[in-house]
Amino acid sequence: MSNTMIWLIIGLAIVTYIPRMVPLVFFNSDKIPSAIQNVLKNVPFAILGALIFPGILTINDDLLFGVIGAVAAILAAYLGANLIVVVMFSVAVLSTYAYFI
Amino acid sequence: MEASVANNYSGFVDGLKGGISIAVGYMPVALTFGLLARTTGLTLYEAVLMSVLVFAGAAQYITLSLIAIGTGAFEIIFTIFIVNIRHLLMSASINEKVEEDTPWKKAVYAFGITDETFTVSATKAGKLTTGYMFGLCFISYSSWVLFTGGGYIAGATLPGVVQQGMSVALYAMFIGLLIPSAKKSRKVLFLAGLAALFNSLLTFAQFSTGWAIVLATLLSSILVEWRGGRARNE
Repeated sequence: MSNTMIWLIIGLAIVTYIPRMVPLVFFNSDKIPSAIQNVLKNVPFAILGALIFPGILTINDDLLFGVIGAVAAILAAYLGANLIVVVMFSVAVLSTYAYFI
Repeated sequence: MEASVANNYSGFVDGLKGGISIAVGYMPVALTFGLLARTTGLTLYEAVLMSVLVFAGAAQYITLSLIAIGTGAFEIIFTIFIVNIRHLLMSASINEKVEEDTPWKKAVYAFGITDETFTVSATKAGKLTTGYMFGLCFISYSSWVLFTGGGYIAGATLPGVVQQGMSVALYAMFIGLLIPSAKKSRKVLFLAGLAALFNSLLTFAQFSTGWAIVLATLLSSILVEWRGGRARNE
């Protein structure tokens, strides 16, 4: 097991634990200013956008991998499929594509 | 004293029951994480250790995708910190609903706060006992850790074509998380689209991937709130 990886995991454990623990242990009431609360509420959706694009185009040298995978996932999610079904459908479509090229 | 122990015990069992659906839901996500950790080049011990110490689905998936594209450790940790800032709000909100207890007990179950344990406990009627929080988090955590190892080991037998297909899994999950909210709210779609645009520009401008994602997320979140705030005031 590499040293860098251990330190990375410990660092991740600390920055994941602190935001979970601090309000529960130290807050008496909700004292975060509403403007900051609103910005924080935006963060999950913004980061999803940044994570998906343009990264999805880099999963394979063949640019179509990302495009086909994205279209499959968007379609399944739009039709209301469960999260796991979205993932499995996209993977299945892309595996089929990889099989035929 | 004895009554309090009995209460904690029945609370714990209640928590276990409440957490069954989460444990079942985590199974495929943790299996996929274990499998992806393997294809990303982590050892079995590193993958399981990450699930044992971090216990955060989105954070661990994002970490894998950042490792895969060669991001430095400090940038990964900072990115994950930004991702986890939303837990501050969950922790603050659940703090209003749990029974008062000694700080160290709250500090222990605070480790188990995830999007899923939060939504299940936050929507439960009435006050939440410490025993309930322990039960809920314990069963969810056990599922997460066990199936991470299971997914890693099972991944070894997957054919190459499927492994190629699996490379889209993280992105499909992010899309699957985004679309239901985006369908209901144009603001969500705008936030994600703006952050994707900023991220593309920053990537094009040779920013490292980690910082590009952090900056794009913060810029988009602040701009949308600032515009919304101005619109409300006018």
